[in-house]
Amino acid sequence: MLAAILVNGLVLSGIYGMLALGFALTYGVARILNLAHTAFYMAAAYALFFFLGLMGFAPAALLSALLVLGLALLAYWFFLEPLKEYEATVLIVTIALALLLQEVALLLFGGHFRSVPALLPGFVEILGVRVAQQALLALLFAGGVLLLAWAFLKGTRLGLSIRAAAQDQEAAELLGISLSRAGYWAVGLGALLAALAGLAVAPMATLEPHMWMPPLLVVLAAVVLGGLGSLPGALLGALVLAFAEVTVVNLVPGGAFLRTAVALLILVLVLVLRPEGLFGASFAEER
Amino acid sequence: MGRIGTAVLWAVALLLGSGVSAQTLRIGVVGPMAFVQGEHTWYGATLAAEEINRAGGVQIGNQRYRIELIRVDTNEMTSVTDAATAVERAITAQRVDFLMGGFRSEAVLAMTEVAADYRKIFIITGAGLDGLLAGRVDRNYERFKYLFRVSPNKSSDLARTSLLLAAEVVQAVRQQLGIPRPRVAILAERAAWADPLVETAGRLFAAPPPQGYGAEVVGTWRPSATATDVTPELTAIQRAGAQVIFTVLSGPVGVPFGRDWGRLRIPAAPVGINVEAQQETWLRATDNLGTYVATLNSLAPGVAITPRTIPFISNFQARFRQFPIYTASGAYGALYILAEALTRAGTTNVDAVVRALEATDYTGATGRIVFDRTHDVTWGPGYTTGLGVQWVGGRMQAFWPRNWQVEGRVVSYAGVRPYELPPWVVEAWRR
Repeated sequence: MLAAILVNGLVLSGIYGMLALGFALTYGVARILNLAHTAFYMAAAYALFFFLGLMGFAPAALLSALLVLGLALLAYWFFLEPLKEYEATVLIVTIALALLLQEVALLLFGGHFRSVPALLPGFVEILGVRVAQQALLALLFAGGVLLLAWAFLKGTRLGLSIRAAAQDQEAAELLGISLSRAGYWAVGLGALLAALAGLAVAPMATLEPHMWMPPLLVVLAAVVLGGLGSLPGALLGALVLAFAEVTVVNLVPGGAFLRTAVALLILVLVLVLRPEGLFGASFAEER
Repeated sequence: MGRIGTAVLWAVALLLGSGVSAQTLRIGVVGPMAFVQGEHTWYGATLAAEEINRAGGVQIGNQRYRIELIRVDTNEMTSVTDAATAVERAITAQRVDFLMGGFRSEAVLAMTEVAADYRKIFIITGAGLDGLLAGRVDRNYERFKYLFRVSPNKSSDLARTSLLLAAEVVQAVRQQLGIPRPRVAILAERAAWADPLVETAGRLFAAPPPQGYGAEVVGTWRPSATATDVTPELTAIQRAGAQVIFTVLSGPVGVPFGRDWGRLRIPAAPVGINVEAQQETWLRATDNLGTYVATLNSLAPGVAITPRTIPFISNFQARFRQFPIYTASGAYGALYILAEALTRAGTTNVDAVVRALEATDYTGATGRIVFDRTHDVTWGPGYTTGLGVQWVGGRMQAFWPRNWQVEGRVVSYAGVRPYELPPWVVEAWRR
């Protein structure tokens, strides 16, 4: 059972990690609580499904990621940057954007369940646990993407300015960092991470227009658990929630439907004991 | 032409116009039209309306009426409120005479309240909750007598059939794999309709024959109806050593189940209810990994339940290029049942039509439909029971009923073939 929890937990952590890091970046730098984040993930998965009908996997994936990136930057330019001082308005605009993307997907593809063929069919046994090769590929992909994102944030001047803006906006501005430029990069990178998560999940999941809702809840919980605005915190939050979910399914099979609820309970408990989350500033202060 | 002549002509035109509209029956076809369930409700009703209109319409008394269908998109997959509002709008603004359709039980419950308030006959064709009719029509007849159900069989009857299908698979494991006491895992979505079925199934599987199946229940897993990943559940089921998975899935979780099960080659044969596996799109939706999945269904290619089954399937496929799901056959039958009741009643008076509907004895594409005292479709041999289908060789084929012995008779349909255990289940467990 321990092996099953370990293996399945790691695979789920990779996906949640990519989504949570992108969400935390967008909030940390551009100060946008983007509720459309997982709708970008859904849009990327559907775009991949559509483009695969016209071309091979690699160009279809590239085109899908670029499409979502363009969409996110346009949305930021048109709606979010001019409004970002008004937090409540931004929340409403992003949820409206998510619903708009959902309705567009419904209009274009209908309510039918769609699937994207796996790049790697079949499974392997790890510690006696059957794991789909596609899931391992997704885990490797997620690990690679997260490492690249980390290297970019840690090892480049632009990454430094993004991290500085995430840490203290006023001090960053005093040091000559353009918050607007950092914001664009952060939104772009965040959307790209969401799109890559969508591309990684598409060959394993079932595509339907409402598929953005369940991960949004988990991602929100992960970034709050880790500490709103903290990038390592978001990753740790994703890891904790993924393992909590898998543990519930294995230990309480009759209550498997409670997996997300138990993960959220852990979030509440952590916030009661440590209101600022595992890393980062207090949620109360942020509000 | 003078002013008086023009006025007379207008009056004549108006009278003629009103005469034409009086000879039209407006039927509201309700459902989630962006989803296959609603789409097929509409298609089934459309096919029946076209056939009836081509044959001269509905004879009511000494007048003939044409059928006009009104498409009512309920958005019921996401909003129960939207569904009730759509039905109210159909009654008050679009002025429908009768209603049929509906898919999600929660939404149909709300929609039928509105229909009862307006005293509109509503024939349900998609929702299975027992309580849509039981406890309403029988307990408060005057308020709810306008409600009828043509399809599907109610949840408790669906449970009966799905357990009969499971018995076939348990028997296959026993006979083909030489396992005297097969191990069964129950995988049921977390929903109120599934609870009694889980409880009954658990008891029945474990009880010794002849009352029970003499199997061992290794556990019950209850994922959410909207779960997108059931890998942890399947890993745990594999670890528990199950040879059979009894599924109770009506929600979208059925698709990830089929994909994950096929991809991981879980050595346990799934059988039960999986609404997603009832559809023609199943293999495409599961990336061809859902092969060998078995589920309760109402129709299967090439299986003639009644003389009307094959013509219905052929006409439907010729017209819409799709294999009909149960909401299609339900709506198709519902329109014929309504048309025949109107002819028998000889009037559109609602109370007379209700009485005529109660006297229905109609042989449709999925079986013989006779309403019980709650206006529900009767289950049983000689009526409608459903089919057991399995995805084999890239297509859906029926495996039940095949020599089903019940109430002193043997029920079997032409075109039904034996159940096939998935090869990797055989490979893993053959002794």
